Amino acid sequence: MIPVLLILIPLLAGLASFFFKKDGMVRAWVLGVSAITLAVALIALSLPEGDALLQKDTEWLPALGSSFSVRIDGMGKLLCLLTAISFPLIFTAVWNNSYKKSNNFFALILLGQAGLMGVFVATDALLFYFFWELALIPMYFLCSQWGGENRIRISFKFFIYTFIGSVLMLIGILWLQSKTGDHSFSLQSFYDAKLSVKEQTILFWLFFIAFAIKMPIFPLHTWQPDAYEQSPTAVTMVLSGVMVKMGLLGVIRWLMPVTPIAFHVWGDVIMSLSVTGIIYASLIAIRQNDIKRLIAYSSIAHIGLMCMALFSENKSGIQGVMVQMFNHGINIIGLWIMAEIIERRFGTRKMNELGGLAQKYPAMAIFFVIIAFANIALPLTNAFAGEFLMFNGLLNTNTSHLYAILFTVFAGLAIILGAVYTLNMIRKVFYGEAATLQSAAVPDLRINEKITLSIIVIIIFVTGVYPQLLLNITDNISDVLTKVFVKTK
Amino acid sequence: MQNVLQIVYLIPLLPLIGFLINGLGRKHLSKSVIGLIGAGVILAAFAISVWVFIQVKGGNTHEAHYFDFINVGALKIPFAFKIDQLSSLFLLIITGVGFLIHVYSTSYMHEEKAEHFGRYFAYLNLFVFSMLLLVMGANYIIMFIGWEGVGLCSYLLIGYWFKKTEYNKAANKAFIMNRIGDLAFLIAIFWLIKKTGSVSFNEVFAADSLSKLSGADITVITMLLFVGATGKSAQIPLYTWLPDAMAGPTPVSALIHAATMVTAGIYMIARSNVLYSMAPLTLDVITYVGLATALLAATIALKQNDIKKVLAYSTVSQLGFMFLALGCGNYTAAVFHVMTHAFFKALMFLGSGSVIHAMGGEQDIRNMGGLSKKMKVTTITFLIGCIAISGIPPFSGFFSKDAILLSAYLKNPVLYGIALFTALLTAFYMFRLFFITFTGKFRGTHDQEHHLHESPAAMAVPLVILAVLSVIGGFVEIPEVFMHGGDKLGEFLSPVIIAHGEAHSISHSTEYILMALSTGLVLAMIVFAWSKFKNYQRSGEETGLGKLLENKWYVDELYEKIIVQPLHQFGGFLKNTIDNKVVDGMVNGVGRAVNYGGRQLRLLQSGQAGNYVLLMVVGMVLIFVIQFFLRK
Repeated sequence: MIPVLLILIPLLAGLASFFFKKDGMVRAWVLGVSAITLAVALIALSLPEGDALLQKDTEWLPALGSSFSVRIDGMGKLLCLLTAISFPLIFTAVWNNSYKKSNNFFALILLGQAGLMGVFVATDALLFYFFWELALIPMYFLCSQWGGENRIRISFKFFIYTFIGSVLMLIGILWLQSKTGDHSFSLQSFYDAKLSVKEQTILFWLFFIAFAIKMPIFPLHTWQPDAYEQSPTAVTMVLSGVMVKMGLLGVIRWLMPVTPIAFHVWGDVIMSLSVTGIIYASLIAIRQNDIKRLIAYSSIAHIGLMCMALFSENKSGIQGVMVQMFNHGINIIGLWIMAEIIERRFGTRKMNELGGLAQKYPAMAIFFVIIAFANIALPLTNAFAGEFLMFNGLLNTNTSHLYAILFTVFAGLAIILGAVYTLNMIRKVFYGEAATLQSAAVPDLRINEKITLSIIVIIIFVTGVYPQLLLNITDNISDVLTKVFVKTK
Repeated sequence: MQNVLQIVYLIPLLPLIGFLINGLGRKHLSKSVIGLIGAGVILAAFAISVWVFIQVKGGNTHEAHYFDFINVGALKIPFAFKIDQLSSLFLLIITGVGFLIHVYSTSYMHEEKAEHFGRYFAYLNLFVFSMLLLVMGANYIIMFIGWEGVGLCSYLLIGYWFKKTEYNKAANKAFIMNRIGDLAFLIAIFWLIKKTGSVSFNEVFAADSLSKLSGADITVITMLLFVGATGKSAQIPLYTWLPDAMAGPTPVSALIHAATMVTAGIYMIARSNVLYSMAPLTLDVITYVGLATALLAATIALKQNDIKKVLAYSTVSQLGFMFLALGCGNYTAAVFHVMTHAFFKALMFLGSGSVIHAMGGEQDIRNMGGLSKKMKVTTITFLIGCIAISGIPPFSGFFSKDAILLSAYLKNPVLYGIALFTALLTAFYMFRLFFITFTGKFRGTHDQEHHLHESPAAMAVPLVILAVLSVIGGFVEIPEVFMHGGDKLGEFLSPVIIAHGEAHSISHSTEYILMALSTGLVLAMIVFAWSKFKNYQRSGEETGLGKLLENKWYVDELYEKIIVQPLHQFGGFLKNTIDNKVVDGMVNGVGRAVNYGGRQLRLLQSGQAGNYVLLMVVGMVLIFVIQFFLRK
C-alpha cells in the first residue's frame, strides 16, 4: 500500500496543482503535500523489509504479461526517503523565487516526484519503463520552458541523449521479456531467465548505455553540465540530487542480477571508463570559473566513483553505493541551494567576480564550508562512510589484483583533486578582500534558507557520526544482491 | 578496577563542547567568557588525563566500545577508544601543552573582535578534540577520523585571517598536501582489511592476524602508512606546506605546527611498531627520508630571516630526527623526542609570539636586535629553549637527541656522522636566531623601539612553565650509563612498544665518547654563532649557496613547474578542447543530424517538447507491435 501512496500522492497533487490560480496557494499546497509524502516515506522506513504494507501487486496489462507490482526493499527505502526529503527541502529553498506560471512549474515538479518514486519501487519492467519516462518528461518541459537563455538548445540535447537511452532500454526490456520462462515483465522472472553469455552481453550493453547516460558516465556526460547550468535551480536539484540515482538503481536492481556474467566480463572496461571520467571531470572542475559548472563536474566525478564501486562485485562496494546515493543527494542539493543563494544575491556565479563574502555573510560561509567539506567526504560527515566502503570495495574487486590496485589508486586521486577544486572555490568566493560588487543592502541568509540548510547540515552530521543508521537499512538487500556473484565465481 | 577508566570519553567530549559553545555563541559571549570556556575545557581534559595517566601507570589499561561505526558483512569497525601507555602519554602532552597555549592565546589574540576571538577558540578546541580522537582511537579508522580532523583545523587556523589571499593559499596547500598523504593512509587501511579483515589495533597486531600477512604485504602497508605520515609530519617530499603554515596565528604554530599535530605521523608509526619491526626495508626508507629531511630543513633554516620560518624549518628538521629514530627501530626515543620537542619548540614559538607582539607584528629578525634589555622573561626562556634544542646536558633535548644519535650510530656510523652534523647546524641556526634577535643593537624603527615591552602574565607564565619543562623534561629517560634503571619512559612504554634490542650492546666508554663529542662540538658551534652574530649588522644580498638556501633550494618553484602547472594546463586542455569540442562536438553533431532529418520529415518542426511526447507514444506503440510478434 505504501509504495502506491508514495506514487499517488504527488501524482494527484501534481495534477491538481495545474488548476491553482494563486502563487502563494500553490506553494503552500506543494510544500504541504510533499511533507505528507515525507511522512509516508518515514513510515515505510520504520517497517521491516518484506512487510505486507511495503508491496502491492495488481493486474495491469495481463495480455502483455505485465502487472502493476511495486515493492520497497532496503535500497528502495533509502531512495524513497531521499526523494521524499528532497522535495520539501527544494520547495522551501526556492520559496522566494518567482516563476512565471508557478502553478504549472510546481505541478510538473510533483509529477516528476511521482515518476521517481515509481522508478524506485517498480518491480515490473514495463512499469519501471513507464515511470522512467514519467519522471523525465516533466523535467524536459521544466528545462525548456523555465530554463536559462540557451534552454532550447540544451533541452534538445538532453532530449536526444535521454531518448537514445530510453529506446535502447525499451528494446532490452522487450527482448528480455521474450527470454523469460513465463513471458513476464516481473523482476523475478528477469532474475530467473536463463541467458547465454552472448545474450547477457547484448542485454548488458542495451541496459547499461541507458543507465550510463542517466548517471552519467564519461563520455556520455556532456548533457549534464549544460542541463544543470541552464535549468532553473529547483529542477537542477531534482536532476542531480535524485534523478541521477535512477541510473545507479537501474544497474543494481535491473542489470547486475540479470546479467551477472556479462557484468563481470565487462566490469574492467566500465571501471576503466569510469576512472577516466573521475579524473577527467575532476581536472575540468579545477579549471571552472562558474560555480554551477564546478558543482556539475564534481558530481560527475562522484557518480563515476559510485559506478565503479558497483562493479566491485562485493558487499562493501555495493552497500557503499547504496548509502552514497542518499548522501550524495543531500550534499549536492545543499550545494545547489548555496549556488542559487549566491547567484540571486550577487547577480553572478563567476568566482572571479565574487570574493570575500565571509566578511559580511558569515552564516552563508559557514553553511557553504560545511556542505563543501561533506561533499569531499571529510570523516564524521555523511559521505565518508560511503566513500570508505566504496574504495574498500574497489580494492577487493573480483578482478586481477593489479587492476584492483590501479583502480583504487587512480580513483583515489579524486580525493586529492576534490580537495583542490573545493578549497579553491571556497577561497575565491568567501575569502580574500571583499569584491566590489557587494552592496550593503544584500542580506545574509533568510529564514527559509536557514531552515533548509540547517536540516541538511543536521542530516550530514547525524549520518556522518553514525553511518550505521543508513547501513542497517541496506544491509539485507546488499547481501541478497551480491549473492549472484558467488554463483558466477 | 577497570571501570574507573570508563569516563575517558570526557577527555575529547569536553573540547567538543567548548567548540560548540564558542562556535555557536561567538556573537553573544564576551571575550573573557570565551577565553574561560576555551581554556577551561582543556584544563578539565588535562586533569582527567593526569588521572588516567596515573591509572595506566598503575598497570590499568582500558578499551571502550561505544557504538558500531561501520558494520558491513565481516568488516566490523566500532567507535572505540584505547587507553594504554602510549595514548595516555600523548593525552598528557596534548592537553597539557594545549592548555598552556590556550591561556597564552587569551592574551595574544586579545585585539581580535569578540566574534573572531570566539571563532579562534572554537577552532582551537575543535583541533584538540580531533587530536584526542587521533591518539585515543582503538583502530585505524578512528585514528583516521582524527587525522583528517586535525588537517581540517589546521586548514581553518592557517587561514584564520581570511582576508589575506596569501594566507588562504597557504591553508589550501596544507590541506591538499595532507590529503595526498591521507590517500596513502586510506589505501594502507584497505590493504589491511583485504588481508586481515580487521582494522583494530588489538586484532591486527595479534599473531593470528600477522600470520595472514606476507612479507610483501607488510612492506606495502607500512610504506603506505609512512607516506601518510610524511604528509602530516612534513617529511620529504611533502614538507613544503609546514613553513607556509606559519601564516596562522603564532600560538597555532606552537600547538599544531610544532607540538602536536605534526607529531601524529610519529605516533602512528610508534602505534604500528609491531608491523614496522617486521618491515626492515620500510625502516631503512624511513631512516633515509628522516635524515635527509633533517639535513635539508636545517640547511634552509641557516638563511631564513623570518623568526617563525626559522622555527618552522627547525620543526621539519626535528621531525626528521624523530623519523630517524623510528627508522632505527628505537620507537621509544622517537616518542621521547616528541615529548621534549613539544616542550622546547612550543616554548620557542610562544617566545617568538611574544617578540612579534612586542614588535607590533614585525617578524623579520633583521629589524630586531637587543631585545633582551626590554624583555627579560622572553629572552631567558627563549635561551633555555635554544639550549634545550641544541642538546646541552642536562637540558631535555640532550637526552632525547642523544638517544637518537646513539641508535643511528648503532645502525651505521655514517648515519651518525650526518645526524651529528645536522645537530651542529641546529645549534648554529638556533643561536644565530637568538643572537640576532636578542643581542646587539636595535635595528627597527623608533616607534617600534618605543613600543617594546615585556608581555603580560598570561603570556609570560606559560613561557616559564614550558621553560621549566624544557630543563627537566629529559629526566624521565636517563641513559643507562648515568643511572641504572633510569629509562623510566622506556620501561613505561614497554607493554606497547617492542624494546630496542641493541641499545645496550655498546660499551659505556664508547657512549661517553660520543656524548662528549656531540656536546663539545655543539658548544663550539654556539661560540662560533656568538662571535658571528652578537653584533649583527644588516648585510647585502645573498649570493651563491646563500641565495640557494634563502630560497629554500627552490623546491616550491620546482613543484609548481613539474606538478601544479602541468596539471592546471592539462585541466584547461580537457575543458576547452576535449570536452567542449571533441566529446560535446560529436554529440551536437548527432543532434544536428537528428534535427536536420527531423526537418526533412517535418516531424520536429512543431517544437521539441511536443516531439518528445510524440516519440514516447511511438515508443509505447512499438511495445505493443513487437509484443504482438513475440507472442506468436
